[in-house]
Amino acid sequence: MALRLSVSDLDAGYGAVKALQGVSLEVRQGETVAILGSNGNGKSTLMKCVTGLVRPTRGRVTLEADGKSHDLAALPAEAIVELGIALVPEGRRLFPKLTVEENLMLGAFRKSARSEIGKNLAFAYEAFPVLKERRRQLAGTMSGGQQQMLAIARALMSSPRLLLVDEPSVGLSPLLVSQTITTIGDLKKKFGLTVLMAEQNFHQAVRIADRGYIIVHGEIAVAAQSVAELNANDIVKKLYLGGIA
Amino acid sequence: MGKSNGLGFWIACAVFLGAMLALTLVMKNEYPFFAGYVILQFIVLATAWNILGGYAGYVNFGTSAFFGLGVYIAVMLFKAIGAPIVVQIAGAALVGAVLGFGVGLLTLRMQGIFFSIATIAVTIIIETCVTNWKFVGGAAGIQLQRPPVMAPFDSYVKMLFFVQAALVVIAVALARYVQGSWIGRGLQALRDDELAAECTGVPTLKLKLLACCLSGALMSAAGAPSAMYLQFANPDSAFNLNYSVSALAMALIGGTAHWIGPILGAILLGVTQQILTVTISSEVNVLILGLMLVLFVVGAPAGLIGLVGFPWKKRGGT
Repeated sequence: MALRLSVSDLDAGYGAVKALQGVSLEVRQGETVAILGSNGNGKSTLMKCVTGLVRPTRGRVTLEADGKSHDLAALPAEAIVELGIALVPEGRRLFPKLTVEENLMLGAFRKSARSEIGKNLAFAYEAFPVLKERRRQLAGTMSGGQQQMLAIARALMSSPRLLLVDEPSVGLSPLLVSQTITTIGDLKKKFGLTVLMAEQNFHQAVRIADRGYIIVHGEIAVAAQSVAELNANDIVKKLYLGGIA
Repeated sequence: MGKSNGLGFWIACAVFLGAMLALTLVMKNEYPFFAGYVILQFIVLATAWNILGGYAGYVNFGTSAFFGLGVYIAVMLFKAIGAPIVVQIAGAALVGAVLGFGVGLLTLRMQGIFFSIATIAVTIIIETCVTNWKFVGGAAGIQLQRPPVMAPFDSYVKMLFFVQAALVVIAVALARYVQGSWIGRGLQALRDDELAAECTGVPTLKLKLLACCLSGALMSAAGAPSAMYLQFANPDSAFNLNYSVSALAMALIGGTAHWIGPILGAILLGVTQQILTVTISSEVNVLILGLMLVLFVVGAPAGLIGLVGFPWKKRGGT
């Protein structure tokens, strides 16, 4: 067991607002885990807790890697990136006034990634040829789909082992959502990544997920061990499949 | 960034310093050095301001706090131990860096306009402290007797002119280094989107503190020779808001994206101001400064370097 992310009994919020309550989950090496839920249920907060952008008020976020255990709740964001966790943030959050290539270079800001910058840049351009064509273009002037590609490529520039993707479908047309999800699945295989993906598009997310959690009002409502189990769940039927629970 | 490019920069620096030295030896009239000193001082201030304000996008209104602090550290060192000018400058730079760090720690968690307001507050706080510090003259100010001038120079003003020229080289070299390094890349990222910068592993707080220290140290260093230049220091003039406004305006007018911008802006505005002070009045300065700022913000938001299409975009492909 080389890599494992575990979140246990996590509370987090913004001032008086509680966004997460008693959330526990686990991601093991090589898995693609989906966190499903509609807007405002705490998916993004959970992603931010794992990456050090939001401090939990209670509970633990632990990364076990190569026999060592790291308490992520106590580390600054840059140290978490250094451990091999990369986030593709919600809404892409590119550097709009920098070029595509400058965006990619910034993905490799952490020291250990700088030495592999040439190799990773080549990988990124190979995976996303459109980025190579547009490498001198300002990121903010590209289409939504291309920006999403760039956001994913930028995250890969840090040679992550655990890739977190927050709502890749936001602001994209159905066709592009489908393409983006497929791309994430392909990259996962190609780079041997472990993926934790927050998504509200149930049908798209389960295409590449091994298993998933459903988060409702900041609490884990369903923890399913397989996609089949998710599909069979009553809450899922009620929320996503138009069934009557 | 090619090696030859770097060599060219250092040769230009050497030529500049050599020319300035030659001027002080050849020219007899002192007045050009009086005026030139002020322009050089503003090049340092604008360059220092740009490290935090331009690269990182944190608009600092506290230039006068750092400048005035530099003046008074120099006064204190001179009065207490009769420190030579180099020690005065080094001391001022050190204290400026410490102040930068402190200010950064307290204020950098604030963003946008809140940060700017906090930096104005810093100016007022420090000015109040100095006003009540009897050892350096308090509110009434302090007269200073210049020590004898050193070797190749025949007047103290000429020497200070050369010292300020050396500070210009140091400031510009530092700004240029920051801009071309990972530090500059990180600052640029956090200016564009701070959250995204954190996501990609840019240590945003550390970089901002570093920029604050560097910027503060250079501003205080620029202020240090001022006490000997005027042979007088008082809080009103040392902490004059004019330094804050000018440094900011010069960087914006020149262009903040490249280290050459603040230099061009400081030369353009500094020369204009000197000419206006002599021909019309020093009050008109402020009016012209305001007009130019408005003109540039509307007509050339990327500054002079944006107008001439300076090839600073090439930087991406290292």
